[in-house]
Amino acid sequence: MSVRASGGLLGPLNPARGAGWQDPPPRKGFFTDTSLCIGCKACEVACKEWNRIPEDGLAMLGTSYDNTGGLGASTWRHVAFIEQRKPMRMLPVANGMGDSPASGAASDVINPARGAADFRWLMSSDVCKHCTHAACLDVCPTGALMRTELGTVVVQEDICNGCGYCVPACPFGVIERREGDRTVHNAGVAQKCTLCYDRIGEGMTPACAQACPTESIQFGDLEELRERARERVGTLRAAGVSDARLYLDDQKDGIGGGGAFFLLLDEPEVYGLPPDPVVSTRELPAMWRTAAVAGLGLLAGAAAAFAGRRR
Amino acid sequence: MVPRATFTSYYGRPVVKPSPWEADIPAYFFLGGLAGASSMLAAGAGVTGRPSLRRTARLGALAAISASYVALIHDLGRPERFMNMLRVAKPTSPMSVGTWILTAYSPLAGAAAAAEMTTLLPQRLLGVGRPLRAVSGPAGVGAAVLGAGVASYTAVLLSDTATPSWHEARRELPFVFAASAAAAAGGLGMIGAPADQAGPARRLAAGGALVELLMERRMEASMGITAEPLHAGRAGRLLRASKALTGAGAIGAVVLGGRSRVVAVMCGAALLAGSAATRFGIFEAGQESARDPRYTVVPQRQRLEGGGARVGRF
Ligand code: SF4
Repeated sequence: MSVRASGGLLGPLNPARGAGWQDPPPRKGFFTDTSLCIGCKACEVACKEWNRIPEDGLAMLGTSYDNTGGLGASTWRHVAFIEQRKPMRMLPVANGMGDSPASGAASDVINPARGAADFRWLMSSDVCKHCTHAACLDVCPTGALMRTELGTVVVQEDICNGCGYCVPACPFGVIERREGDRTVHNAGVAQKCTLCYDRIGEGMTPACAQACPTESIQFGDLEELRERARERVGTLRAAGVSDARLYLDDQKDGIGGGGAFFLLLDEPEVYGLPPDPVVSTRELPAMWRTAAVAGLGLLAGAAAAFAGRRR
Repeated sequence: MVPRATFTSYYGRPVVKPSPWEADIPAYFFLGGLAGASSMLAAGAGVTGRPSLRRTARLGALAAISASYVALIHDLGRPERFMNMLRVAKPTSPMSVGTWILTAYSPLAGAAAAAEMTTLLPQRLLGVGRPLRAVSGPAGVGAAVLGAGVASYTAVLLSDTATPSWHEARRELPFVFAASAAAAAGGLGMIGAPADQAGPARRLAAGGALVELLMERRMEASMGITAEPLHAGRAGRLLRASKALTGAGAIGAVVLGGRSRVVAVMCGAALLAGSAATRFGIFEAGQESARDPRYTVVPQRQRLEGGGARVGRF
């Protein structure tokens, strides 16, 4: 989707350059390969620890092994658990060192008579997508949300005034205003994953990717990650995993592709992800035109109310 | 009957997040609309020599816009940082654009209202306000023009989100909001001005009410399943009340408003309440639509499968 075809308010597909960075370094991102996730939640914990994220409830949701529920102001990585009545398949591991039942190795029930489990676990670590066309950033009225030279999207916490507009704007329900009184770190301010801006600026790996024991979360140059992901999905398909698919890898999708993208084993909505997310900025020029017509209509109507009769 | 579309979700959890906004925001939408359209009535009343209508509309506009600032600031997570809104001007952010429209509008509406207040000074002090009154005409016209923006940009603010029932309303919502603003300002004019000056207020109210009711119908018809939250629960009650109040107020204004001051005041109050109920109802419907994954997933699925009614169209 080019700038022109979109009606004019979407930036280019190189977001760092679009934001005015001269000669930005290669764009950084995450490739989350959910076929390798074992649901250990190391990423959730590492993220909380590194980013000084406050505790946000210790509820039991009573639906699965997931008691986190979803991403939010104080959850920047979230591991989803889905239990399905579908046969499990042996998935090739990433490095090609043999086969392993990577989709829920520890918890699948092998039925020896049929040679396969009769249900499978899907596990997936969700995160901010660092959209190429980021709705949160577009609607932010203070400029607190910014595009870094690495192509990521971060909140400048000392500028955000907590207007909350980014919250309903995000097509993925990622960003959220942190609730709490002034004793809570960054209360009243919009919060989300920074792709560990402080770590990667020092040449380190983001906390979640560092902690992931199976390399389900991979960090690196986005171009290279995309290539790796295409290869991986090919390997899986060749091994008979026909429902393996990439999500948000395509620059032609409604957000111009994600800086964080995923390999999924089922439809996105199964994981709580929108199947066809679109940044609302795409339709904003048409919305402005409609509002202009309505506003001028109101003016004309008011003028007409004074026309003619004297009372 | 159309069967309810089946869809998959993650334990019924929402995909998108509802806004963190509370009553401040729909109240602000109502007040901003009232202010913007009142400035138009005030300018017209000034030009056509209707002093009482002009006074009502000018003072009403200032009161409404002042109250909207209170609501806007109160709603922030960090109210002390309100001024950060003026760090940047971004066409991609309806809130940024709106803030700048308000920043231009408010002093003009304020000057017109301040000039109006000087006419209430005792005779021997009247001279004090003369310079202010001299500029109040052009200021009032400026406020009327910018008032069109104040009254309609708020619809874009809601629609430029991933909240299903706000986003899917994008084709008609600016008309609903602008017309609702006209009904509210007309209602206020009917309350504040005597019947022989309030003719334009009655006509603006009746026209606004008619357009609002028609455009809302069209909006509901064009929204697919995301129209459901407009009929359910609190949002449904508010929008039904809005239609009844707006309709009754408009009919009363046309039929009896010119004859009985009491009826005019009652109709004006009904129109104001109806306009407020419209904003609260649409706000609430959007919040509900964000809480239920159905309204996010089903339209996107239909789009992907090519079954959506409006593939590739605004
Ligand atoms: S996923 Fe949401 S919060 Fe993250 S960059 Fe995209 S719009 Fe912003």
